[in-house]
Amino acid sequence: MKTWKLSTLDALFAAIAGKQTLYIPADVAGQPVFARWEPGLAMTRALNTGRSAKDLFFPQVEDLARFRVAGKTVSVSPAQALQEPFVIFGVRACDCRSFDILDSVFLAEPADTFYQARREQATVVTLACSQPEETCFCTSLGIDPQAPGGDVSCWMAEDTLYLQANTEKGEALLASLPRLEDGEKPDADSSVFDKLPLKDLDFSAFSGKALMDWFNSPVWERLSQSCLGCGSCTFVCPTCQCYDVRDFDTGHGVQRYRCWDSCMYSDFTMMAHGTNRPTQKERFRQRFMHKLVYHPNNHGGQIGCVGCGRCLQKCPISMNIVKVANALKEGKA
Amino acid sequence: MNLTRDPLIPMVAQVTDIRADTPDVKTFRVVGLDGKKPMEHIPGQCAMLSMPGVGEALFSITSSPTNEDYLEFSIKKCGCVTNWLHAIEPGQQLTLRGPYGNGFPVDTDFLGKDLLFIAGGIGLAPLRSVINYVRHYRERYGSVDIVYGARSKEDLVDYQEILTQWCREDGIHVHLTIDNPQPDWEGHVGFVPNYVKELAFDTGKTVVMCGPPIMIKFTLAGLEELGFRRDQVYTTFELKMKCALGKCGRCNIGDKYVCKDGPVFRLDQMTQLPDEY
Repeated sequence: MKTWKLSTLDALFAAIAGKQTLYIPADVAGQPVFARWEPGLAMTRALNTGRSAKDLFFPQVEDLARFRVAGKTVSVSPAQALQEPFVIFGVRACDCRSFDILDSVFLAEPADTFYQARREQATVVTLACSQPEETCFCTSLGIDPQAPGGDVSCWMAEDTLYLQANTEKGEALLASLPRLEDGEKPDADSSVFDKLPLKDLDFSAFSGKALMDWFNSPVWERLSQSCLGCGSCTFVCPTCQCYDVRDFDTGHGVQRYRCWDSCMYSDFTMMAHGTNRPTQKERFRQRFMHKLVYHPNNHGGQIGCVGCGRCLQKCPISMNIVKVANALKEGKA
Repeated sequence: MNLTRDPLIPMVAQVTDIRADTPDVKTFRVVGLDGKKPMEHIPGQCAMLSMPGVGEALFSITSSPTNEDYLEFSIKKCGCVTNWLHAIEPGQQLTLRGPYGNGFPVDTDFLGKDLLFIAGGIGLAPLRSVINYVRHYRERYGSVDIVYGARSKEDLVDYQEILTQWCREDGIHVHLTIDNPQPDWEGHVGFVPNYVKELAFDTGKTVVMCGPPIMIKFTLAGLEELGFRRDQVYTTFELKMKCALGKCGRCNIGDKYVCKDGPVFRLDQMTQLPDEY
C-alpha cells in the first residue's frame, strides 16, 4: 500500500492531471459534481456527488452521428468514441458498483462502443467512506463502503491518503506518480455503519417470488398516487440507463444524439398509434419492477440499486426505492 | 481510429420501388447503395428505418429471406416517420440498421407442421415473410391455412399477391374476411376472431398470428375454445423502441425485451408476463 500526505493532495492531482484528464468530486455552482480538475479546484466536503459518476461513462447527452441530406441522398459520419485516457478520483463504493450494473447492459452483445471506449479509457480511483449519510444503505446490497473496488482503492485517515492498486491499470497509475511512500492503513472504525437506519434492508425476497406476484401487488396504486413524474430519481440514479435517440437540425446537417430519458415520463413508451403505459401507476411500477425484479432476473440476481441514497434525498414527494421495497414485502394496499 | 462501428450507427440505403397497397399502406423496396440486398434476415425479424431529421422507427421485414434482390417493408401511415415515408418517391435514400430480434422458428419448430396463419390489417406484414418462406420451401411444411381480415377489401395488404399467387397454390387455403359488407365483395364478412372459430380448424396446427392486440386477445380465446394450447400459438409484438439492442429500456414486457428476446413469442411464454402490450 502507498501513501500520500493529504496536505499536498493538490500536488497529487496535479501529477495525475499532468498525464491525463482528471475528474474529482468538487463543488461547482454550489453543487457537488465530478468536475475536470484544474489547479485550485478542491475536493468537495460532501460525502457524494448530487449526480452520480455514471455521467463519465454515459453522459447526459452524447453525439452518435452526423448526417448530410441533399436532394434524395443521405450520408452518414459516425461520431468518434472517446480516445483519451482519463482518471476519476474519489468514486464511492456505491457508484463503483453501479459501473458493474451499467456494464451488464451496455457491454452485453452487441456492446455499446461509446460506453465501452470510456470504460476502457478510464482509471477508476475509489475512496472509502468513513462518515456515511443517514440515507446510505449500500451495505444492504452487499457493498462494503470501507473497501471500495475500482482500479485503485483509497482511504483517508488522519493526515494521510492510502492508495492500493487493484488492477494493472491501477498499478500503472500509481507507478506514474512521484514520491509515493509505502505504508499500511490503520484499521477503520466501522461502528458508525452499524448505526445507519437503513442498514438491514433485505432485497433477497425479490428473486424468491414470481414476477407476476410483485407486478400484481396492491401497493402500486397507493405508492404511485403522489408521484409527480418529474424523473428526478432516474436522473440522479447511478444505475438508470434508459436513453432516447433524437435528431437535431444544425442548419448544416442533422446531428443524431442520445440523451438520458426516464420511464417516469408520460411519453416514454408512447407509440404513433397510441399504445402507451397509460398512467403514472404503470410508469412508476415499471421503474421499481426493473430495479428489483426484471434486472435481477436477467443478470444473475444483481439488484439494480447500489444504495447510494440519492433518490431518498432528491425525490420531491419523498418516495423512494426503500419505501417501495418495504411496502412490496408487506404487500398491503 | 475506432474500427468498430457502433450498432446504433445506420447504413445508407435506397428505396427503389414504392407500391400503394391500401389507402394507408405502402410497400417499400429497399436496397443498399450498391444495388444489392443490404442484409440477410430470418422471417419475423425487424429493421430500423430512419430519415435523419425526421426520426427512426422499427419495421418488420415483410419480404422473405429467399428474395435475394431486396428487402421489402409494408408500412402503414401512422406517425412522423411513416408520414414521411408515404410522401417520398423512388430513388430516395434513407438509413437502415438491423436485422433485429429472434424471428419465427421456421427452420426448427415449424418444420413438418401444419401451419395456420392468422393476420389482421397491417399484421400481415411480418407474416408475409414467413408465408413466402414456407411457399419457397413448401416440402418442409404440412398444410397451410391463411386467415386474413381487414376493415374493407381496399384495406387488404398484398391483395394482388394473395389473389394471383397464394390462392392458386395447392395445399394453401386462403380465408379472407372484411369487417363490413361491400357491393363488390363475395367473400366472408366479419371479424377475424369469429371467423377463426367458424372455420373450426384442426387443433393439431401450429398458429402464427399477428394483428392488433384486441384481435390477438379474442382470437386466442377462440382458439383455446377450439382446443388449441398456448404453446401452439406464435405471435409477434411491437412496442416503442429507440435502440433495438436491449439497452434503451423502452420495449420490455416484464423482464423480456421485445427487441432482442422477441419480437416473436410463443404465447405460453407470455402467461407469466404482464399484459403491457
